[in-house]
Amino acid sequence: MTRWPSLERFLKTDPQDAGCAETFELLDRYVEREMAHGDAADRYPEVAVHLSNCNPCIEDFEGLLAAISDPED
Amino acid sequence: MAFAGHAALDSSLGGRRLDADTVSWLEGLDGGSPVHDATTVRLYELLLRVARHEARRRSPQLGIAGPELDDLAHQAAADAVVNVVAKVGEFRGESRFTTWACKFVIFEVSTRIGRHFWRHPTTSMDAEDWDRLPDRFGLDPVEASEWGDLVAALRAAVEHELTERQRRIFVAIVLNGVPLDALVVELGANRNAIYKTLFDARRKLRASLVTNGYLADDASRRA
Repeated sequence: MTRWPSLERFLKTDPQDAGCAETFELLDRYVEREMAHGDAADRYPEVAVHLSNCNPCIEDFEGLLAAISDPED
Repeated sequence: MAFAGHAALDSSLGGRRLDADTVSWLEGLDGGSPVHDATTVRLYELLLRVARHEARRRSPQLGIAGPELDDLAHQAAADAVVNVVAKVGEFRGESRFTTWACKFVIFEVSTRIGRHFWRHPTTSMDAEDWDRLPDRFGLDPVEASEWGDLVAALRAAVEHELTERQRRIFVAIVLNGVPLDALVVELGANRNAIYKTLFDARRKLRASLVTNGYLADDASRRA
């Protein structure tokens, strides 16, 4: 338990972080893996780390997931 | 959206088997295909549906609706079609074609949302509003006597440890609440470059706070 959890979480960086470019490159595979097996974070841990830190990329992930999850829309 | 169901596998790309729908898209988008133009129109229609869906999903944070939101979706779909057609040769069949294509239009919607921010900006780029920091990180005002020194140390680290570009990006995003995609537009950069700059700034600031005893390093926490 830290005294400043939100600040510590923000400042902490993970060298595994894929960054935005690599995440975009893998996003279609990540989303399909998540849809099919629910284990995309295990298959692509570097993308999972990035998505936990990057608001724009998590928005894109959620948007793509919503797009392919809703075939009637 | 109209791309559910790809049961049949009847071709391959780079050793990967492709579903029939993906094969149909790739054949249609081939420059010499007699249905190239029709396939491009079909692609635009698909991406426009996805763009509208995504724009609606994100409209609460945008504060726009109706024709303005639809215009954003049209622009995103048009640019995404150009990108997809230009990059279709890079498609390796590691996902369905439609999933691969849709990520481009999702990204274009994000880009336009970033541009939209500057039409009615709620903050400036460079004003350093350090008063927002406690609220930004959930620091309770009642405990200000405890975190006051921490914030002062962080501010000193921002001023003395960061490069000018790192400091500017930290201030814009963290203190002033400028969305990262809006900063991309303002600085004429790309998302990855801004993220990497902020990543390096975060690492430097944390190291400084650890060195000065405000945060525990991971090694001492594990010990």
